[in-house]
Amino acid sequence: MHFPEELKYTKTHEWVRFTDEGTAYIGITDYAQDQLGDLVFVNLPAEGDDLTAGESFADVESVKAVSDVNSPVTGTVKEVNEDLAEAPEKMNETPYEAWFVVAEGITDQVELMDAKAYEAFVESEG
Amino acid sequence: MELKRTPLYETHVRLGGRIVEFGGFEMPVQYPTGVIKEHMAVRETCGLFDVSHMGEVLMEGPDAVKNLNHLLTNDYTEMEDGQARYSPMCNEQGGTVDDLIVYRVKEEHYFIVVNASNREKDVAWIQAHVSGNVTMKDVSDSWGQIALQGPKAEEILLRLTAPENIPEKSYHALWRRDVGGICCIVSRTGYTGSDGFELYVPAEQTEALWNLLMEAGQIDGLIPCGLGARDTLRLEASMPLYGHELSDTISPLTAGLGYFVKMDKPDFIGKAALEAAGKPSQRRVGLKAVGRGIPREHQDVYADGKRIGQTTSGTHCPYIGYPAAMAILDREYAQVGTRVEVDVRGRRVEAEVVKMPFYKK
Repeated sequence: MHFPEELKYTKTHEWVRFTDEGTAYIGITDYAQDQLGDLVFVNLPAEGDDLTAGESFADVESVKAVSDVNSPVTGTVKEVNEDLAEAPEKMNETPYEAWFVVAEGITDQVELMDAKAYEAFVESEG
Repeated sequence: MELKRTPLYETHVRLGGRIVEFGGFEMPVQYPTGVIKEHMAVRETCGLFDVSHMGEVLMEGPDAVKNLNHLLTNDYTEMEDGQARYSPMCNEQGGTVDDLIVYRVKEEHYFIVVNASNREKDVAWIQAHVSGNVTMKDVSDSWGQIALQGPKAEEILLRLTAPENIPEKSYHALWRRDVGGICCIVSRTGYTGSDGFELYVPAEQTEALWNLLMEAGQIDGLIPCGLGARDTLRLEASMPLYGHELSDTISPLTAGLGYFVKMDKPDFIGKAALEAAGKPSQRRVGLKAVGRGIPREHQDVYADGKRIGQTTSGTHCPYIGYPAAMAILDREYAQVGTRVEVDVRGRRVEAEVVKMPFYKK
């Protein structure tokens, strides 16, 4: 399992990458995709939708189950990765490239972990 | 309640199976290959399932057939040795206690296979309703069961046994057959919609048989499959699952299983209630999602601005390649081609009533 150093992680297994422009890319972690199994559907928000830190903004479905994806930040949706809806398997194959949305106007965030802390957190959960 | 383990529990852990609770057992829901690959293996090559959690009950005695015909909706009068016959088992109200398979071992000897989660309930029910010269015995703990399912199943099995040990016809089984040196019941049955076998094996030899089959099938790409794929496969083949399409309050007629309900039999438990109820007002249908989203179980279905029923199972079906569901809908909306909407967690997803099964080999 792989947790890139340049990302921050949530306790609900999302990753977030803050950019120099003050925006943030959001996706689900390698651990999340492994736990969920083969993903076959993603329900994404629309551009301009509000995001609230710690609250669900999308859901992903595996063959067996539905899971909420929580936003690590409060802000608005600047861009949506529509390609993900066409190819949900990308979340399994390349979870850190398979971003869901780009957030802007960020005013708040949940408690975030660095890669090392997240790895330890995952181990304690497993 | 303490969870039970099948004789293959350690094997599943060794193979990286993700263990979940099902029917009172700790069972693998999937292996590292994942549900989709496991599902596709059964459609295209072959998959191996541990189904040792299923319950087995022996019914024996001169009055065995009479009792089966009283307890079950199907007719057990005319059967050959080794033949298997599916049946719902109804309660007095016409609801369903369980659905099961009965094999005729030989005259006066029957082998009944029931759902793991209903085993105790079934045994108590049968015991309370048998009469005359008949004995019954729950032998579930003595038997393991392995399902070898997929188009390559026969070829793989032939590497371990002689052709005369393989039943030619589906829903037939052969007793006491040597498979790789292990004495098994070889049954041409399954719960996937693909060709295949269910091998009943003494509990203590289940692991040895599993390993022999895995080795024999390696060249064809045989992989272990978990309950996740078992569920998507049976749904794609539109087979009912107790607790979903059937329950204590869902009659086999509502579930579209009229073929297995022989109303012309003199009597069986539930017959009077089914007769009195007449044509059911609701019936099981297949739904194909045409909008974006995956209908799941127990979601409300709407048409003409009103609620017309509920889904009973639903998932993305890997082989047919679209999300499919089964639902119990008001009869007037059960025609193929009818457009409905499924409430998928607050979002309406458009779906169409389609012919079942979704997949047929």
